[in-house]
Amino acid sequence: MAVRKKKKVAKTSSTKKKVAKKKVAKKKVAKKKVAKKKVAKKKVAKKKVAKKKVAKKAVKKKVQIAKKVIKKANSDKALFDTMLELTRVTSAEIPDDVQKVVLKALAREEKNTTAEYAMNIIQANIVLAKKKSQPICQDTGTIHIFVEHPVGLDQTKFRKITEKAIVKATQVGYLRQNSVDSLTGKNEGINIGPGHPDLHFKENPKRKSVKISMMLKGGGCENVGAQYSLPNTELGAGRDLDGVRKVILDAVQKAQGKGCGPGVLGICIGGDRGSGYKYSKEQLLRMLDDTNPHPDLKKLEKDIVETSNKLGIGPMGFGGKTTLLGCKIGVLNRLPASFFVSISYMCWAYRRKGIELSNKMEIKNWIY
Amino acid sequence: MIKLEYPFTKDKIRELKVGDMVLISGKMFTGRDAIHKYLHEGNPSPVDLNNQIIYHCGPVVLENKDGSYEVKAAGPTTSIREEPYQWEVMRDHGILGVIGKGGMGPKTLEGNKKYGCVYFHAIGGAAQVLAEKIKSVDNVYLKEKFGSPEAIWELTVDEFPVVVTMDAHGNSLHEKVNTDSSNKLKSLL
Repeated sequence: MAVRKKKKVAKTSSTKKKVAKKKVAKKKVAKKKVAKKKVAKKKVAKKKVAKKKVAKKAVKKKVQIAKKVIKKANSDKALFDTMLELTRVTSAEIPDDVQKVVLKALAREEKNTTAEYAMNIIQANIVLAKKKSQPICQDTGTIHIFVEHPVGLDQTKFRKITEKAIVKATQVGYLRQNSVDSLTGKNEGINIGPGHPDLHFKENPKRKSVKISMMLKGGGCENVGAQYSLPNTELGAGRDLDGVRKVILDAVQKAQGKGCGPGVLGICIGGDRGSGYKYSKEQLLRMLDDTNPHPDLKKLEKDIVETSNKLGIGPMGFGGKTTLLGCKIGVLNRLPASFFVSISYMCWAYRRKGIELSNKMEIKNWIY
Repeated sequence: MIKLEYPFTKDKIRELKVGDMVLISGKMFTGRDAIHKYLHEGNPSPVDLNNQIIYHCGPVVLENKDGSYEVKAAGPTTSIREEPYQWEVMRDHGILGVIGKGGMGPKTLEGNKKYGCVYFHAIGGAAQVLAEKIKSVDNVYLKEKFGSPEAIWELTVDEFPVVVTMDAHGNSLHEKVNTDSSNKLKSLL
């Protein structure tokens, strides 16, 4: 029994030890727990700091995004204002190079003739439209816009903002309600629809800023445009520059005063029926006093103006000395089977303006 | 410079000759492609056009808040598109003057002679000078149907400048310039 007791004692002592050990262990655990808690607290603290940092970053990001949104909104607003102003000026003012030739034509006509009378009213109209900031001509025409831009311009957005500006320009009377559904004849009164405006983009990696040219081309002068396919038996026009000359002069004679002469011709030799007409209009973006780099075309341009002015059609077709104010000719390649000469006639109310934009989409400077 | 004042009469109209520079004062009605086609189809005119002048024009007109109208630009449009219809409008509606640009053809010239009418040429593109001569917009017809540029606008004008290019005696400046320039071109080719 004693042994048993001893054992018991031993047992008890060992259990005591065990208990003690457990206690120590517990204490350790407690310490560990405390430590853990401490660590946890530290972690929480760290997490809080981290969270705070994240929160700060998020705020920063939000601010940045907000700033970007504001910047975008500002540049959207700036582009809207730019397009509205470009439309106003294009509709109300003719470029300086055109004004110069109009004054020359006025001086050239004989005094007290209907031709001089017409040129006087034309000049008075140019002055009045600018002063009143109102359309030179009530036919504010097809809105042709040519955009040359660096890589990365959002064309979809550009179009949207441009359309908004056109709607506004129509509301305030810079533009006539000029866009008609060809099938129903309905005029929505906003100048937006299939093909309207006529917007062309050209990406140019070398450009640092956006360049926009706007041209308003009325229906009267558009209607006297013509496209010839050479050879033309009736006119005896072959597939050479003499043939080209013959068809151009034929178009001038046929136009008479219907295109609101004295006018300016934009011509494309070659291309297909579509590209030819388009390029003929792009010739009208050239300055009237520029020089064609191709010597034959330079000669032909001069000859067309001089010969046309001998025809006696005159301003408005009243008879007189000035039938044409200018002629600009460009060339595209053609197919062996085709030889088109495409002629676009621009009236004296030659509405063409161009601008370069700043990074903020504001008008930096006027090209013409 | 000849002054032609409202009310217009056939006698006064027959006195005018090709080349006359005329200042018109009084009333005129705009009418262009849609209206001419509409009248040609036999529809009645919403306004009495007897002894009136039709102006081939699609003006820029703004509507003020009080419902009144303001003409912002009002030059002539190309007239030749109305060549198939114009003589009928002279016959059926009794107009005695047409204002437009670019001139018209033999049917209209014949109509001028037969019904006592003249063709006045306004200066194409001179929308501001001509809008200044418009003193009031008195009414508008068929605007909802055809849209603003194609509607009939009843206008009062003061000294509206035009040139007679087709008179009531069979003379046409356009015919003459066309023939002369065609002959000249043949000699230059």
